[in-house]
Amino acid sequence: MAVPLLEVDDLTVRFRTDAGWMTAVDRVSLAVGEGEALGIVGESGSGKSVTALSILRLHAAATTRMPTGKIHYGGKDLLTLPTREMRQIRGGEIAMIFQDPMSSLNPVLTIADQIGESLRLHQGVDQATARKRAIELLDLVRIPDAARRVDEYPHRLSGGMRQRVMIAIAIACRPKLLIADEPTTALDVTIQAQILDLLRDLQRELGMSVILITHDMGVIAEFARRVMVMYAGRVVETAPVGQMFRRPVHPYTEGLLTAIPKLDVDVRRLPTIAGSIPDPTAVIPGCRYSPRCPQVQESCRRDSPALLPAGPEREARCPPRVAAMAKETVA
Amino acid sequence: MAEATILASGEAIAARRRFRVLRKLLHHRSFMAGFIIVAVMVIAALCAPLTGVDPNQMRVRLRFRPPSEVNWFGTDQFGRDLFTRTLYGAQLSLWIGLAVAVLSGVVGAAIGVLSAQFRRLDSLLMRIMDALMAAPAILLAIGLGAALGPQTHSVIIALAVAYIPRTARIVRASALVTRELEFIEAARVSGASSMRIMFKHLLPNASGPLLVQSTFVFAFAILAEAALSFIGIGPPPPAPSWGNIIAEGRQFAVQSWWIMLFPGFAISLAALGMNLLGDGLRDVLDPRLKVES
Amino acid sequence: MSAALKTDTADAPIIQVRDLVKEFNVTRGRGGPPAILRAVNHISFDIRSGTTLGLVGESGSGKSTTGRLLVGLIPATSGEISLFGETITGADGEAALAKVRSKLQFVFQDPHGSLNPRMRVGDCIAEPIDIAGGWSRKDRADRVSELLETVGLPRAVAERFPHEFSGGQRQRIGIARALALRPDFVVCDEPVSALDVSMQAQIINLLLDLQERLGLSYLFIAHDLAVVRSIATDVAVMYAGALVEQAPKTVLYSAPKHPYTQALLDAVPRPDPDRVRSAALGGEVPSILNPLPGCAFAARCPHVMAVCRQDRPAPRPTGEGHVVACHLY
Repeated sequence: MAVPLLEVDDLTVRFRTDAGWMTAVDRVSLAVGEGEALGIVGESGSGKSVTALSILRLHAAATTRMPTGKIHYGGKDLLTLPTREMRQIRGGEIAMIFQDPMSSLNPVLTIADQIGESLRLHQGVDQATARKRAIELLDLVRIPDAARRVDEYPHRLSGGMRQRVMIAIAIACRPKLLIADEPTTALDVTIQAQILDLLRDLQRELGMSVILITHDMGVIAEFARRVMVMYAGRVVETAPVGQMFRRPVHPYTEGLLTAIPKLDVDVRRLPTIAGSIPDPTAVIPGCRYSPRCPQVQESCRRDSPALLPAGPEREARCPPRVAAMAKETVA
Repeated sequence: MAEATILASGEAIAARRRFRVLRKLLHHRSFMAGFIIVAVMVIAALCAPLTGVDPNQMRVRLRFRPPSEVNWFGTDQFGRDLFTRTLYGAQLSLWIGLAVAVLSGVVGAAIGVLSAQFRRLDSLLMRIMDALMAAPAILLAIGLGAALGPQTHSVIIALAVAYIPRTARIVRASALVTRELEFIEAARVSGASSMRIMFKHLLPNASGPLLVQSTFVFAFAILAEAALSFIGIGPPPPAPSWGNIIAEGRQFAVQSWWIMLFPGFAISLAALGMNLLGDGLRDVLDPRLKVES
Repeated sequence: MSAALKTDTADAPIIQVRDLVKEFNVTRGRGGPPAILRAVNHISFDIRSGTTLGLVGESGSGKSTTGRLLVGLIPATSGEISLFGETITGADGEAALAKVRSKLQFVFQDPHGSLNPRMRVGDCIAEPIDIAGGWSRKDRADRVSELLETVGLPRAVAERFPHEFSGGQRQRIGIARALALRPDFVVCDEPVSALDVSMQAQIINLLLDLQERLGLSYLFIAHDLAVVRSIATDVAVMYAGALVEQAPKTVLYSAPKHPYTQALLDAVPRPDPDRVRSAALGGEVPSILNPLPGCAFAARCPHVMAVCRQDRPAPRPTGEGHVVACHLY
């Protein structure tokens, strides 16, 4: 990766809750290269969605303290950019799609209106051109009979079709980066496969970078080239996708991979990760995974571990494991 | 090992989540303001006998006395002590407010839950409610009050009837949402009767909106009682309700302003207090505004 | 169509479903023409004692409706359901259902919606006991403690309210409630799909343990084929209201016959970056509002023939307990 398209440095996001302030994202750093597909995987409360929303400054202002850290994009820091410039980037150079395609579309506007809105806002095109472009875009996201569908209302479309429309809106201004937050979670398996195929094709055709956020290791394996695993607000491991699946470093990644129900083999009993996902407001000293970790050591409960290099392009937040790996390589 | 961890994290979450509603209420400014106003009025009403003065005792020599050290709120045209009368008036007005809130709450909740549970009954009950709602509540209460005669309990019945439809609608709406949740199906799998579903499941889950609505009905009833008394169909004189005191002082409003001022102020304060209380409760209890943490 | 589907084993099935149909009347807006939605379209299957039938399908396949029909939550339009020898469909269905009700239970999908937020956990769990009646206070309390222990929760939680618990813990509470009256047959409707991955395995293992210890039979409804593989004995696949294929688990996963099952299995993303999935199946699930004649999958099927668009394929046994509804076989 020469010069990354987007670089996030030490991003920290804090929320106000009933029980006081809670850290949803704790000093997260990441980089996305041009045309790269980065996957962020984690369970609920891992901070993966908040990280994505904060890149576009879409967090709820009322309950969130201004995120700290830096988000470098095109020589600018997105966190300190004036609101007007931020609006230009949002939906223009960086676009986002969400899990629920129904609530993301306005039920009283036609598809043409909603795609056209983005074009008129960012490119200032007139209505007729916007409509023509809308049809082209629907075609691009493989919606059959685009010229007719463009005048329909969202409720007439199936879930898969709505997600395609959302993707059409997102790519309307040819973004350099697409952030997809659980884009297939609400969809059926066969439709999920269609959407993943579409996203991959579009990424190639338009040369976009994509950040894909998901809880599904299968989706990650299929789509991403590099993975970042998050747990309780922190990055616990980053690695090229093949290496992570073949040899996870962090015990959480390992536990997660073995706990997934297997489709291709019969397993008598699935190995489990003990305990529950910690309450987001809970204070856990040391490594946040230590209460559940099967290989926990005394130091894990005491010292907050750093993200350490664990091979080329790899990092993991588990000093004992990283040390063990280093010893192996020497031997 | 796994169980221990479950317990540990469960314990931690529970400690923070328990009494969540109570803690939120204690931190809610308008709720606390309303609560204090209402509490002070209730205490004042209960303390009325401590003045040692009969609220209905007339002393012709002491007519139209302005507020003074002896008569804090002054006296009326019959020389009755207005401070004492306002305190006893608080008893009567708050009693009417409470009775109307409880009566319309109970009947409204019953109608709302029945409509939600028995879909065939629904259209019949709701058409009746619509018909009642078509007339403004205060006009309905005036009509009923006039028909039933000027008595305290007829005021209560008239006002309760006027507010039953709104309460019924609110409970029905909440119950219709609850009915679609899986715990209702869980109860039905085990063979639960309609009674059990209504009283164990639908009603308790409508209690938040019902409580909020009842505080507003309470405030409305206090205002409406004054209006009814003012036009002569409230509790019969010489009963010292706030509305009665105002109605009696009407003719002397210009020269003896204090007769109307203090009960009027009491009415406004009581209504304000209940409304603040209700707003606070709604913020904390109403599921539409509640964000699941 | 109603030909009995024989399984290879000698065990008599405790659940028998024959030619089951469920239709819903839907009106499109007020005064619009009424339409009929056939959610379950002539399906038949058996469940043997102590086994799990995994019912797989995408949204709108009718799998959840089937689960609700089986415990009498909704009445069938036609066809026959017999549970423990009692036929709960037809004229005497109500009385028959009352007889077997205590043997049936249901575990729900949504760990938030399936527990009444106004009831204490202990009362949630004891609800089937309270409805059945006739238990002393002490017996009830003892049973609640015992149930909590069974599902791996400490006894003290009986006094708490559901909102104090995480999704996985709530699902354990829902399972404890289902077990209260020692049922023999439990319908599990997507019990792990709302849970995080690290919680899923815990709940699946709990259900497996309970089956072993208590001899339960399950109808396990899920859209996730991998989850079904980890728990089911037999698997049935539904598509647009029809049962297209059923077989013992190992047979179905290793040699799926119906083109839909094949496409479904292929579409699941595997946690294996080296695997190359074939191109996604095109098209979408057809509307069950105005079904076309013929096979529901015909419009998307890569092997479609002329006959598929005209005749609905009947389920045919093809050996090894495999039953397929496809004109190819």
